[in-house]
Amino acid sequence: MQPVYDWFRHLYDTTGIDLIFIYDNFDRARTIKGFFITLELSVITIILSLIIGVVGAWLQRSHFVWLRRVIAAFISAFRNTPPLVQLYFFYFGLGFFLPRVHDASGQLVPMFSNLQWAIISLSLFAGAFNIEIFRSGLEAVPSSMVEAAEGLGYSRFQIYRQITLPLAFRVCLPSLGNNLVNLVKTTNLAYAIAVPELLYVSQQIWSDETNVREMMAFVLCAYLFLVFLLVALLNWIERVIRVPGVGHMEAY
Amino acid sequence: MDVLHRAPAFTFDAFGNGSSSDQPPRSLSLAWPLLMAVLLATMFFGLTDNGFAQAAVAPKRTIIEVLWRWAPLLLWGFCFNLVISAGAMAVGTGVGLFLGLAQMSRTRPVRVMANVITEIFRNSPWLVLLFACVLLLPFQIRIFGLVIPFPDWAKAIVGFSLPIMANVGEVVRGAVLSIPTGQWESAESLGYTRTQAYLHVILPQCIKRMLPPWMNLYSLVTMSTVNASVVGVSEMITLTAQANAAEGSRPELLAPFYAFDLVCFFLYCYPIGKWTEYLERKYQVKI
Amino acid sequence: MADLQNISATSQAPPIVSLRDVRKSFGQVKVLDGVSFDVARGEVVCIIGPSGAGKSTLIRCINALIPIDSGSILVDGIEVHAPKLDLLALRRKVGIVFQQYNLFPHRTALQNIMMAPITVLKQNKEEVAARARMLLKKVRLEGKEDFYPAELSGGQQQRVAIARSLAMKPEVMLFDEVTAALDPETKKEVLLTVRDLSREGMTCILVTHEMAFAREVANQIYFTDRGIIVEHGPPSTFFTQAKDPRTREFLSQIL
Repeated sequence: MQPVYDWFRHLYDTTGIDLIFIYDNFDRARTIKGFFITLELSVITIILSLIIGVVGAWLQRSHFVWLRRVIAAFISAFRNTPPLVQLYFFYFGLGFFLPRVHDASGQLVPMFSNLQWAIISLSLFAGAFNIEIFRSGLEAVPSSMVEAAEGLGYSRFQIYRQITLPLAFRVCLPSLGNNLVNLVKTTNLAYAIAVPELLYVSQQIWSDETNVREMMAFVLCAYLFLVFLLVALLNWIERVIRVPGVGHMEAY
Repeated sequence: MDVLHRAPAFTFDAFGNGSSSDQPPRSLSLAWPLLMAVLLATMFFGLTDNGFAQAAVAPKRTIIEVLWRWAPLLLWGFCFNLVISAGAMAVGTGVGLFLGLAQMSRTRPVRVMANVITEIFRNSPWLVLLFACVLLLPFQIRIFGLVIPFPDWAKAIVGFSLPIMANVGEVVRGAVLSIPTGQWESAESLGYTRTQAYLHVILPQCIKRMLPPWMNLYSLVTMSTVNASVVGVSEMITLTAQANAAEGSRPELLAPFYAFDLVCFFLYCYPIGKWTEYLERKYQVKI
Repeated sequence: MADLQNISATSQAPPIVSLRDVRKSFGQVKVLDGVSFDVARGEVVCIIGPSGAGKSTLIRCINALIPIDSGSILVDGIEVHAPKLDLLALRRKVGIVFQQYNLFPHRTALQNIMMAPITVLKQNKEEVAARARMLLKKVRLEGKEDFYPAELSGGQQQRVAIARSLAMKPEVMLFDEVTAALDPETKKEVLLTVRDLSREGMTCILVTHEMAFAREVANQIYFTDRGIIVEHGPPSTFFTQAKDPRTREFLSQIL
């Protein structure tokens, strides 16, 4: 790999295009680490927000009016407020009030690290949207189908698992995919609470090396690449589970 | 991503019922009491000597007093956020209209260019675009010998209008594609040129369909203007941090301050969401 | 069979619409496979046939909504298949009414009729308005000037669509299954309007399933199947003395 690095150093010397995050060992290491933190942030928040979405959509169909209202209020609150301020509120605001715990070395540290708060905040934010998406997917399943299943003797839970969920999932997959892509793009807000994700690391590099243009281009490409990966994955899932006549709502 | 044959991000069925991924919530107005409850709760926490915080016990009035004292400044900052979002929407909508129409051009290079631009700006994180604009755009512009300063907030407007124009382009494209082909056929048969058909037949029908997703976008942008604080533009969140610093940087004040900011945005964006819902229902165009 | 000529017994003048060996494929599917016929001025021609036989495509090729692959279509001296076709001149001569009416929903009935002459032909607004009112009266919709399409019944919308095409003063009117989307009562109103038009001497080419109507107004009936004209003839002989077995089979299914 050394010849590759030397080539980029040579590129800098001749043209002034400074891709230092490739040829310098230290910068390369922290860039790679930043990329993996972004990846970790994206994956964990996607999974958590999906869980929140499924559970929330299930709870929204409950018979208790107040439970439904609480879920509705939660969705409303998270959808109509800026995610950055939510992040600040959680990390700076609530983080202060939570008790401190002892870490491995016996020191008192905050209960959640900044990365963990970012995960919590972003998962709740995306989860609120997901509840809506899953709910519209569930509503798109015709009640006549549920009636038919009941007539055949299925229990409520069996109906939910074997008939409603598979159909609902196919219908809401495009909207869901769109939301997850937005989530990946929103993870860079964690920059604001000093999570060393890709944007943060790039900012450190460009303030050290003043190669703003190159780092900017790199960050843009990196995010476009991540988005592209996610979209490819979603398209593959859609192809695999496709059934003629179900879904095909265009949302992306 | 096949740039020539993309499905639009916002689609409308033949009756003008729009669907996008950002559907506004059909929920009761319990949310703002909930937010107020959160605000009060944070104030209550400030009351107790919880033993973990370093701050001294603060009487309830002080926190209320602090908020009361700083509210005018913060609201002034909020107005500035609204100015930024209005400016970005104006620029972005104007350019986005042409971008959307360009995506349906019959000239292939124009179409491909427009598709590429849209894809890039739709898939880029908004904060990165903000950074790029604030850091890479010059701090002053020279036109015809005049030197015009280009302040940070203006660069932020440019930075926000980039993803807006891409999204508006998608809205326009989705609306135009949802007009039944019969309308094109009858316009053509009556002798309309393509441009005349757009102006007199297609676009007037599109305006109603474009309004709900456009308003949704406005709500989104208004909430995103706080990201400008990260790149150093002075707006509501920056002022909040400064207000907290002026109060001696007491950490237990941060929760109430940010809760106040959240409530402000909620009170502004929630009615917009409700109105958007109402318009969607009202504009279910029957042919 | 693919190259039938129609020479109307009564007309000595050159035909106003003339198709020669028109071919059109969508991908691998041959929708029109060598269609030729003439329509004399003032004649009423009905085109019938099973679904997918290319009737709608044929109609749309005549006014250049769909370009043809090969062959020639002459409309009053204008060659439709020419590279430098004057679209406006062609569309002034040929009016078309669709199955789905396709009225502009954001304009009233009167405005729908007035729009094209004002915008496309740049005619004077008062003159156009007067003519539009006269046309609405002609299609028996006096009083509905300020109604929006959504406030009109299907049959009424279809008649407004006819008036809208007539506003351009065409010489040939094309009708693409204009009553297929209507219920029986409203069908009658539209068919009466078409019949009146034909009696005034307008050249009409209709794609239709209404056999009784065809029998009453048509001068010639053309039966198409799988992209070609199988048989044709005047109504007096067509329905009773069909020669080709495909024609007979089709007629037995619908009559």
